[in-house]
Amino acid sequence: MDRASLRSLSPRFWIARQVVIAAVIVPLLAAAVVVALLAPALYTSLLIVAAVALGGLIWLVERGRYRAWGYAEREDDLIVHRGLLFRRTSVVPYGRMQFIDVTAGPVDRIFGLASVQLHTAAAATDARIPGLLRRDAEQLRDRLASVGEARATGL
Amino acid sequence: MIASPPGTEWRRLHPLTPLVRFGRLILAVALITVPYLGSTRSPRGRFELLYPVVIWAGLIGLGSVSAIVSWAVTRWRIDGGDLRIETGFIRKQSIRIPLARIQAVDIVAPLIARVLGLAEVRVVSAGRGGEHGRLAYLTAQEAPQVRARLLALAHGLAAETPEPPAVPLLHVDNGRLVAGLSMRAQVLVPLTVMLVAIIGAAVAPGPGVAALGSVLTIVFAAAVALVRAFNEDFDFSISEAGDGLRLDRGLLQRRHETIPFGRIQAVRLVQPVLWRVFGWWRLEVDVARQHGPRDGSDQGGAHLARTLVPVAPRAQALWVLARVFPDAGVAPPAGAEPPTRALAKAPLSYHYLAAWYGNRYVYARTGRVQQAIVVVPLGKIQSLRLREGPVQRRLRLATLDIDTAGRRWEASARCRDVADAERMLWELTERARIARRTSVTHAAVPATAPA
Repeated sequence: MDRASLRSLSPRFWIARQVVIAAVIVPLLAAAVVVALLAPALYTSLLIVAAVALGGLIWLVERGRYRAWGYAEREDDLIVHRGLLFRRTSVVPYGRMQFIDVTAGPVDRIFGLASVQLHTAAAATDARIPGLLRRDAEQLRDRLASVGEARATGL
Repeated sequence: MIASPPGTEWRRLHPLTPLVRFGRLILAVALITVPYLGSTRSPRGRFELLYPVVIWAGLIGLGSVSAIVSWAVTRWRIDGGDLRIETGFIRKQSIRIPLARIQAVDIVAPLIARVLGLAEVRVVSAGRGGEHGRLAYLTAQEAPQVRARLLALAHGLAAETPEPPAVPLLHVDNGRLVAGLSMRAQVLVPLTVMLVAIIGAAVAPGPGVAALGSVLTIVFAAAVALVRAFNEDFDFSISEAGDGLRLDRGLLQRRHETIPFGRIQAVRLVQPVLWRVFGWWRLEVDVARQHGPRDGSDQGGAHLARTLVPVAPRAQALWVLARVFPDAGVAPPAGAEPPTRALAKAPLSYHYLAAWYGNRYVYARTGRVQQAIVVVPLGKIQSLRLREGPVQRRLRLATLDIDTAGRRWEASARCRDVADAERMLWELTERARIARRTSVTHAAVPATAPA
């Protein structure tokens, strides 16, 4: 299964992530600037550098994680790939799905996003696709539910 | 005696039921209050003694009344396609168990019940949050009759059909059971610690004796665990019937359990390190849990047995394995071991690491000192996960997890070559898909005794 055949998450998910990162970093940066202005010295101006560097690092890691997410609906199973440092590929046969969750947190809702999670009888199954457009997520859920029903097998 | 066949009309449980239920309570209360009685040494002793006695009597009175009332309002019958149990004095409860959904019917006889000639019939049913019926207690003669009747009806046969004959597979010798149990780490480690402490006490009597005191509690706990394990698996025998495996075991509390073939998710073969000397193995099963969305209740699984063979020589253990999973072979073929560079990632467990698969099963061998082989039928695989951490990536290794609906252990092919793990992932995905279509879970061929 090569990377190219996987579908990626909605670009809007990346925008939402960046907004969240900014919401954390901007106040931090503002605080650093205020400190640097009140007490001008070398080490206070280094605070600004540190805040920018931290923001940059988080941005890079998050971008990598966003790009690593991918999923593919195959004929008999769903593949979810994720992770930058700890890579993970899950294969969940449609016939094994027990129920499907569509969830949307407060940030997701602002951006019209939702995440889809698949559950099997095994607790360890961790197939989750975050950051889909709401409509796409619901369509995916319905599609999965219908193929799952057609292929359901007992325990 | 019984006038009509057991359970066609409303019936009560055995009149001695309150005594069994309540015998435990008396024992518990006595355990709490008796030491207290002994320790009371005050000048007004007589009055102080009175309180615990009054509380004791009160608890016993209350307990006996509630046990008798509970017995009096409980009745059961087999009605059409259901087993119905009605109970409850203030809050009425009516349990209806569709016979078609019965997974297993177990008979359990705790010590007090055995003394009085009684036994409990436990019905384990399928489905999400399924109801589990307990008929406690019936007479020891009646219990197997009710069991046979429930099983026959559950399989859509005439109610009078006798229980399907079970072919005995294996009986575990009690001497070997004791030997096997006491050669496990849970027993050996405290024993060694105690020996060290005794030597220490002999060398340095002051602090040594103090240490010995605290060590004794560990030894006591180990002894209790050993006795409990022995009590549970005493006189262990396993036999095979059409619907599943039958287990009979127990010293004080006798159990007669069924493990339905179809519910077995995985089997594990374990060999504690000292058992290697004798070539003994233990066999355990993992059964599907009751998995309801988000409620997390697993009542049904909790009832089912875990040990398939407490201790047996390799040939016998493999023979029982073959009855559960036909054609399962536990000898790793060439190439089952991970590459030598996995030693850097998993230095302790590398020795036993191996994973391989055939057309019907996938095998994963793990273990640091005790080796364990997990066998999962391909048709029972729930999902597959390929994992790769930063250290593993540098070594070009990856781990493949095989998820099942069991609750106890997971099968995972650890630290394999990346390309190999990936090939295994797609190959297993494909084979599991085929296995699900042609799902054959147990042997239809009758068992014959091992040569």
